[in-house]
Parts: sequence; C-alpha cells; structure tokens
Amino acid sequence: MIKQSFIGLAKPRIEYEVLNAGQAEPQLIQPSEKITLFLKKSPVRNDSILFNVGDKVKTGQKLAYSANPDAYVIATVTGTISSISAFAGDYGKSYTAISVDVDDNEELDDQFAELAANPTLDVAKNFLSGMPGNPSFQAFSEAAESIHTIIICGVDRDLLITTNQYAVKTHIKAIKSGIGILKQITGVDNILMAVPQHLMQDATACGAPVVTVDSEYPTTLPHLMMQNLLGQVVPAGQNCEDLGVCFLSAEGVASLGKAFDKSRIPVTKTLTFVDKNGDKSLISAKIGTPISDILNTCGITLHEKDRLIVGGPMTGSAVFSADYPVQADTDAIIVQDSQNLDLVSDYPCINCGDCVRICPANVPINMLVRLLEAGQYEEAADQYDLYSCIDCGLCSYVCVSKMPVFHYIKLAKYELGRMHAAEAMNA
Amino acid sequence: MLNHNKLIVSHAPFWHNGSSISTRSYHTMIAALPAVLMGIFQYGPRALGVVSLSISFAILWELAINKITRRTVSIGDGNAALIGLLFAMLLPATSPWWLVATGTFVAVVIGKHIYGGIGGNPFNPVLIGFAILMVAWKDFFDFNEVLVNYDLGFAMVYPLAAVKHLGTAGIESFSTAGLLLGQQSGGIGSTFGLGLIFGGMYLIARGFIRWEISLSFLAGVFITALLFNLNNSNLYAGPFFHLFTGYTLIGAFFLAPEDSSSPVNFIPMLIYGAGAGVMTVLIRNIGSYVDGVVFAILLMNLINPLCDKIRPKALGKVG
Repeated sequence: MIKQSFIGLAKPRIEYEVLNAGQAEPQLIQPSEKITLFLKKSPVRNDSILFNVGDKVKTGQKLAYSANPDAYVIATVTGTISSISAFAGDYGKSYTAISVDVDDNEELDDQFAELAANPTLDVAKNFLSGMPGNPSFQAFSEAAESIHTIIICGVDRDLLITTNQYAVKTHIKAIKSGIGILKQITGVDNILMAVPQHLMQDATACGAPVVTVDSEYPTTLPHLMMQNLLGQVVPAGQNCEDLGVCFLSAEGVASLGKAFDKSRIPVTKTLTFVDKNGDKSLISAKIGTPISDILNTCGITLHEKDRLIVGGPMTGSAVFSADYPVQADTDAIIVQDSQNLDLVSDYPCINCGDCVRICPANVPINMLVRLLEAGQYEEAADQYDLYSCIDCGLCSYVCVSKMPVFHYIKLAKYELGRMHAAEAMNA
Repeated sequence: MLNHNKLIVSHAPFWHNGSSISTRSYHTMIAALPAVLMGIFQYGPRALGVVSLSISFAILWELAINKITRRTVSIGDGNAALIGLLFAMLLPATSPWWLVATGTFVAVVIGKHIYGGIGGNPFNPVLIGFAILMVAWKDFFDFNEVLVNYDLGFAMVYPLAAVKHLGTAGIESFSTAGLLLGQQSGGIGSTFGLGLIFGGMYLIARGFIRWEISLSFLAGVFITALLFNLNNSNLYAGPFFHLFTGYTLIGAFFLAPEDSSSPVNFIPMLIYGAGAGVMTVLIRNIGSYVDGVVFAILLMNLINPLCDKIRPKALGKVG
C-alpha cells in the first residue's frame, strides 16, 4: 500500500506497476469441480429457454436465452449444468449465474469454428464478446459509421496490475492479427496501440502506430488518454464512444486474434494475483473459475473480515464470497488481510482541499461531497461538476476524513441514471 | 459453500494514503510547541496554567457537546485540544480562569459545534472565541496593563500599542532580531517569531497547512505595511516590525489556514491570504484596534465561500 510521504507538500505520485522483464509464465489454475458463468441478464421464465439444469455443455458452446440473444455467455469447460440462479451485481446489475460441473474429458463446440474462416462483425458480436479481456463490439454495431479510432490499451487501468502489459509482451503476434481482423470487420483504419514507455520496443511489432502513456496514475483512464493522446476533451456526461473513439484492452485484441487464427474461442483469462503480503504473481484461469480455487492453489486462507477484491486497488470491487468467479474483465484479484484494511469513517469533510488538488478532472469535491452526503444529486450535477468525474478514486485515497467520496460519486451517478431512465420511460 | 468466513465488502478505493484528522491536529500542536514553550519559559507557571486550563476546557466542552447531542465522542481527533492550545497562545499569561473557560466555550461550542462540528464552521473557532472575549472584556487583553508586573529583561511595552500611540519613535527599542527571538510582550504563544516560523515551515512541508495562504498573508502584511511606511515613516512602522509583532505570525501559520474556514483553490487562497494581510495592517494603522489579525481573518472567513467559487474549469465542462 502506498502511504503518504513524510513531506506532504508535494502531490503524491502514484505509479503504475511495471511488468518485470523476465516475467515468468502465468501459473495455470484449473477449476477443481465447477465453474460459474455470468450471463448478463436476469433469469427470465418466459424466454424460450435454450439450456437447462442437467444439460451437457461443450467448451466454447454459446449459452443464451433465445436464438437471437442480446446477452450470451460462452461455456469455458465441458460439463453438466448443475444450477441456474439469479445473481445481483453492484449498481443494479443483474445476472444469471450458471454453474457447470466440470467433466474430465474436454469436448469442443464447433459452432464458431465453422464461421471462423470468414471473420465478420456479426460473428464477433455473436460469439466473442465475453472473451478474456472483455472486448466489446457493441460500439461498432450501434453506429457503424461513427467510430473512427480504436485505441488498444497495452496499459493497465489500475495500479498493481500487469495483465495487459503481459499480453503486449508475450502475445504481440496475436495482437497483430487481432488488429488485422479489427480493421477488416469494423472498417476502422485508425488503430493506435497505447503502451507504457518500457514496452515501446515490444509493441512496435503489432503493426499499428504505437503511442506511449505516462506511468503516473490515473493517466490510463480512457478520458485522460483521450485528452493526452488525441488532444480531445470528452464533454462532461459523455463517453469516449460518443466522440468516435473506442478502447479495447490488449488482452481482448489478442483474444480476437487467437480466436480467428485457431478457430476456437479463447477461454483462459490472465490475471494479476496479489496476496496478503502484497506479492504479485500472474495467473491464468478459465473464465468462471471460482476465486477459491485460485486461493487454494496459492495456499492462501481467507479469514473473517479479510477483504477480497476483484480488480485494482483504486477502482476494483470487493466481493463477499470466494465463490465469485473469474470473469472476462477480471484483470486482478487482491487479497487484503483484516489487519491491513483502511476503512472509511463517518467524519464529515473538513475542507482540507487535498481531494481538490489531486483531482485530475478539477472537480470541486469539497463542495460536491457536501451535496452528495445530503442526497442532492441533481444540484451536485448542475453546480459542482459531478459528471466531469472520471472515476479514478484518488479523492477517497487522499481524504483526511476517510470519507467514501468515490462511493458517494458512483452512487450519485447511478441514482441520477435511474432517475433519468425513469423519466424517459414516463415521458 | 465450505468457506463461511464473512469478508469485508466496501467500495473502492481499497487503499488510503494514511492521512487522518488526528495526525493533522497533533502535528499542528507539535508545530506550535516551540512558541508555547518559549511563552511558558518567559511567563512561568501562570502561562503553563493558562495553556493547560485552556486545552482541558476545550476538550471538556467538546465532550459535553458530544454527550448532549448524543454523537460519537470526538475528542480523540485532537481538534478540540488544538483549539484550546491555539486559544491559549493568543491569551496573556495573566488571564483569569473564567476568561479561559468562557473563551474556550465560545470557541468550541459557538465557534464550532453550533455550525455542525468539525468541517462545518464558517469562521475559525479560535478567533470567534477570542474576538468575542476581546470585545466583551477588553481590559484583559490590554497587554501593557495585564503584563505590568512582569519584567523579562526587555521593554515590556506592547509593540503594536507603542507604535499606535507614539509613532515609530515609540518602537526604537525593538530590533527585528529581538522581536524574532521573542523579546516583546504579548500572548503566551505569539511572541516567539522564530518558533512560529519554524512551526509554520514544518506544517507547510508536511502539507498540513496550505503555503499559499500563509505566504500571501505575510506578503499582504509586508506590502501594505511597506506602503504605509514609505508614505509616512514617522507615523507607521516598517514592514518587518508588522511581520514580527502581535499575532501576525501565529495568524499566518496557525489561524488563517484553518481548514474549514479557508479556501482550497489556488487563486482564492491567494486572495484570502493577501486580503487578510492587507486588512490586518489597515486595522493596525488606521483602525481603532491595536492588532488587526483577529478581525482581518474573521472578515476574510466571511468571504471564503464566495471567494472559493473562483476555480479551474472542470474536465469536459461545457460552457
């Protein structure tokens, strides 16, 4: 954990993790008994159900509620579906959790293989959205014309993580073919590869123009990359896709390349694992592998009041059970011992201004948080730039009162989103 | 599910830089120690008594309010103790116990808790307490009068009163070095210039106070005093005299940068500090009070919310 230096006058400089030059192969962890897949849709009874408890699934098989689904998930193992249940994620996300008991003999589904010879955007959208690295092709479908630039992130979004850097270092050929396929299926020619300085040499092999990103947090967040790399400022409340720029992770593009090269959907996610001592290692596990399997293999025991984090230390999310599975965008898993937790307090803002000075988006957090505490979300958005926030979490990190500032901001955005959705429905 | 341990679930971020309110309070108190110790050394047990009583009373008032309003007991964060200490530093060593008790009551209860507690106070609580006392019982704050029985080996005339009544002829016995070394009468913890500067540097280096406020305050005092002095050097003292007398230094490093009542953005901090500095000298030179720091800072506290509206444009803000 990075603590404040004794000299507090200077702004803290928090650096991203740098991949070791001689990084060992990730340790492969096999799911022990079962995996859990999250289908991004709550269980619906009326839909024509295409899978059921007791069904056999093959590796690479697509599971969805209907023939032309808006959401699907790819089975990452061969086995039998043992349960289907609802799972509530954070911020109102709901999933169908599909548990699959793993069989020893792996069989491959050939539905994708038949189509792989001829890459199209439809094939990518219908089979490849949940690949490791979580590439999303949604932006291309909604407004095919409007996306003009794709930035491939060979940098990791959060601290401690080296997952995407590892993809650049070791899978640059797959990334190169992924870039070729991206150009072919989306028609976007302007593809940039963003990497940290030390991976510049490795990244040139990808064939796309390479740009470097500073190593200070939070420069790799999309809004700041837009500003620093393209010189475009994203207007508050809009996202990068609105300006025609789409961000894909290097791992996702590598997965895309591998999928079409080998006619087989990749199912193994690389992730950075950080244990209780802060020691980092790379791990690869099939999507759906419960975190408990990883903990058991690494010899880590969870105790009461420990914290288990999916994602990085600044923007990740804590989960309540070690049964939570590895997902397509799980770049890191962090275990924190109960002794080393920094918990929030219920103190009010003392107006010290540390957050205001560290905020990369110049949000007047000292005023904002007062309104957010009182639940005055609309005023916060109107007067104090709630929507300029780029979700880096630095405000909470430096808060002297240990307020959950970032939590307040996310909650406000979520509640406003719900309000606006409800208004649009009733209009 | 075999693993039934209950994990802690909370929102990101999962790291914190380790700063805390108590660290801030206690280190501000440490930074104030050199000046306080010098005061105790000069004025003896009476000064020690006033300092101890003031800190104790401030903590007791805070505790009482915590109990009455049924809130979490917050004396551990050190803020009340800090208020007590700073309040004592402004007082003369001869202050009676009831003055200390009343002053800390006003500071902690009226200055801070009535507005909702820490972080909610629009004015510096210490200064609220002090200003009300100074208006109510001004005889107890006439340093020439209350310190008349002390002979510490230097001119025991209060420098600001001397220059006010006699012009620069009255302050010839004061040297800048002497003022810095605490050879002047005044509040317990506000006369030892070097100690206050040292403490202020420490606070700035640790990031506990905002250097912009302190420096612009001192610059405001310096420039205004210089202009007055250039205009009429018989009547108005020079800038260094104003910097090192009265409450200027304790104001610059301990009172003006109080978190809740001062701005956080760069330009507002400069306006706030410089404004308070200018006002200080204006009150000293043409106002009726001998020292202007207390009212100058309170006045600038008043414009702080308005002032802090001057802020950089947020990322992606339209219009």
